[in-house]
Amino acid sequence: MARGIKDKVVVIGMGCSKFGERWDKEADNLMVEAYTEAVADAGIDTKQIDAAWLATAIEEQHVGKSATPLAAALRLPFIPVTRVENYCASGTEAFRGAVYAVASGAADIALALGVEKLKDTGYGGLPQRGRGPLNDMVNPNASAPGSFAQLAAAYRAKHNVEPKDLKQAMAHISVKSHDNGSRNPKAHLRNKITIDTVLSAPLVAEPLGLYDCCGVSDGAACAIVATPDVAKALGKKDMIAVKALQVAVSNGLEAQHNSWDGSYFATTRVASKRAYQEAGIDNPREQVSLIEVHDCFSVTELVTMEDLHISPEGGAIKDVLDGFYDADGKVPCQIDGGLKCFGHPIGASGLRMIYEMYLQMQGRAGERQRKDTPRIGLTHNLGGFPQRNVCAISIVGKYGE
Amino acid sequence: MSRGILAFGAYIPWRRLQRKAIADMHGWFAPALKSQAKGERAFCNWDEDPVTMAVEAARDALTGRDRATVAALRFASTTFPFLDRLHSGLVAEALSLDQGISTVDVAATQRAGTSALIEALASDGETLVLAAEKRVAKAASPVEMTSGDGAAALLVGDGKPVARLLAKASRSADFVDHFRSLDNPYDYQWEERWIRDAGYMQIVPPVIARCLEQAKLGPGDVTHFCMPATLSRVANAVAKAAGIADKAVCDPLHANLGDTGVAHPLVLLVAALEKAKAGDRILVVGFGQGADVLLLEVTAEIAKQPKRLGLAGHLARRKEETSYGRFLSFNGMIEMERGMRAETDKGTPLSSMWRNRATVTSFIGGKCSKCGTLQFPKTDVCVNPNCNAMHTQEPYPFAEMGARIKSYTADRLTYSPDPPACYGMIEFEEGGRTMLDFTDMDADALKVGQPMRLMFRIKDIDPNRGFRRYFWKATPVAGKA
Repeated sequence: MARGIKDKVVVIGMGCSKFGERWDKEADNLMVEAYTEAVADAGIDTKQIDAAWLATAIEEQHVGKSATPLAAALRLPFIPVTRVENYCASGTEAFRGAVYAVASGAADIALALGVEKLKDTGYGGLPQRGRGPLNDMVNPNASAPGSFAQLAAAYRAKHNVEPKDLKQAMAHISVKSHDNGSRNPKAHLRNKITIDTVLSAPLVAEPLGLYDCCGVSDGAACAIVATPDVAKALGKKDMIAVKALQVAVSNGLEAQHNSWDGSYFATTRVASKRAYQEAGIDNPREQVSLIEVHDCFSVTELVTMEDLHISPEGGAIKDVLDGFYDADGKVPCQIDGGLKCFGHPIGASGLRMIYEMYLQMQGRAGERQRKDTPRIGLTHNLGGFPQRNVCAISIVGKYGE
Repeated sequence: MSRGILAFGAYIPWRRLQRKAIADMHGWFAPALKSQAKGERAFCNWDEDPVTMAVEAARDALTGRDRATVAALRFASTTFPFLDRLHSGLVAEALSLDQGISTVDVAATQRAGTSALIEALASDGETLVLAAEKRVAKAASPVEMTSGDGAAALLVGDGKPVARLLAKASRSADFVDHFRSLDNPYDYQWEERWIRDAGYMQIVPPVIARCLEQAKLGPGDVTHFCMPATLSRVANAVAKAAGIADKAVCDPLHANLGDTGVAHPLVLLVAALEKAKAGDRILVVGFGQGADVLLLEVTAEIAKQPKRLGLAGHLARRKEETSYGRFLSFNGMIEMERGMRAETDKGTPLSSMWRNRATVTSFIGGKCSKCGTLQFPKTDVCVNPNCNAMHTQEPYPFAEMGARIKSYTADRLTYSPDPPACYGMIEFEEGGRTMLDFTDMDADALKVGQPMRLMFRIKDIDPNRGFRRYFWKATPVAGKA
């Protein structure tokens, strides 16, 4: 295996806009909002940034194509700016671009910014859009919940789980995330809910009800990264370093080959193993202190706990119901509310997760701060559909540990 | 060599509108409908039309047969979805018939089905005769009550027919009992008593007499008399006038199907064949601007037909529908608020559709010549992770392969003309899998392991351009839901 990214790059500044229904803001306003916080946090001037990456997924809903929207919004001084799109992993892809640029020596300081402005469709949920001529001719007109809901059918069949038992664990996940989101001033949804609320909500796509689905939000998040030496020169101490960056992309196997049973994410299992190896983690259940995962739907979070090799296969329901992933549990999951409640402006989500890790590890997470300061944090994005997706995983931790 | 009908099949849509639902809706306006509020009529799902029904009827008829010998296809309907696009050609492609076959659409009269059958019997080579109708009728009209949607298929050829043609006769007459024009999508019909007395009774009996005379048989030799007529008892009156015994008059299937228009003479013929025994003689009448009469004699081959749903099986595969609103919506007769998600452009790039016709229309996947793995769709690189060979995929047909549900959902968020949208992953029994829409099923019938079969259906309707595209969907195997 390649030597990997561990401790080659540190985060020197981060920012995140308020997520939610930002009726009064354009995408460029959201970019500036996130960047203002990050650049102040980094203590640098815009002119010190050598290269930048912009992540947006559904650009036709807001900024349009290319990297020019970022360059123009921040008035970046004619530096290299690249726009990336890889479904819901887009934000982490921007981060990966910036980190790799710094690690390669091509840049001393690089910026990654993700933004999405999704609330100009006129309806709730993700925008309905074409997926290419042949796909439109042969694929079901599936919604995101309809695609992910199928995990439940396959998971129940594989592990012989009663629908009500799975639904109970899924409800626990949503109640937990709402509870966490209530302590996050930047979160889209800040209301606490009960198990009964979840279970009695109208169905969106069987067995997912309204509260099994994450918010679709407007928002932006960004990271400024540098080499440890540059960071030290800027006076940074107690630095948060990148430990691993892994992406795994479906190659059509899940969609076309009968070796996949539909109950898990093949990409996540591969990407997480590689990430642990890159970060030098051999027992994730014990060594990872905080996780932010792609909880687009409650059932996604549930099966992801197994795909990250933290819960044993078939054991996620028990761990969830035991509170293992609660804010005060062994490995808190979505301590900031997650996609479910912080919100899901697609291009920003990966960076939002890293933002939370950054705050928690520096003891700056306010009311939701984990008491025993997390030292190793894992973020996970899953873009696309269970049968065809992009998984991105990043692991961050204290520099040099 | 003896020429006749080699195989037969039918297709009836799953949903059956209870006639009481029509009367309940319109009784205030047309109290006479209450007297007809008995039984049920079949109607197309939103994703069905004459094309999709004809494909199903053909598959039913061709069960267990080699399709490579079919040399011609004749498709009759007065409710074709396109004015300028060859429906028989589309059906032939969905059935993966030989590309060299002759394809003709037959239209513009209620006897288009019998005329196509007569032409096929007079021709040579194997001809697949299809007739399908998706009836259109104004709300609260008598036709709405009496009509039904459905299709029939007859494979005509030489060899060992189940029924051989004894004689045929026709008459042409511009007797306009009803008409439908480009300017008006609905039937305009004249008085029923006039149609009976001046139409059926004057036109049909002499043609029957000519046909029997040709065969050197008398009316007493007719075992099954198949003549659709929406007016009750007209078939009996014509039979009587022609000297045919009343007990030979076949059930018009009014109670459980409705009159399927162009398809109906052939649907009744299929019904008769399903009951017939060797030596029976079937007289079929098609009426419309004249009449066609065919006299067929059933052979011993009738007992050797492969098991399939047929008309009886399709009539048994049914879902009672009490929502007149659903019927109106599926037939495009009510302006529904479909929500903004329905605004998504459903345009079809025709060049892409042509390039991908094997996948989209014929449902042909691939088989790796190196490792034998099946996959759908066919691609350049084998999906088997232990193979991944390049350029080894041979075309492999998937359309007739059984499958089971692997994962599923009932989606209430996405736009569907019939929510919730049921879809999921199915695995084929010989290998391979794909994510497909499900059709003709209720959400509560969804379960992992459910046996499914494929059906050719409308994938999307494009209201901006008046186009519709077709693809295959999965539906529960009849009797195994």
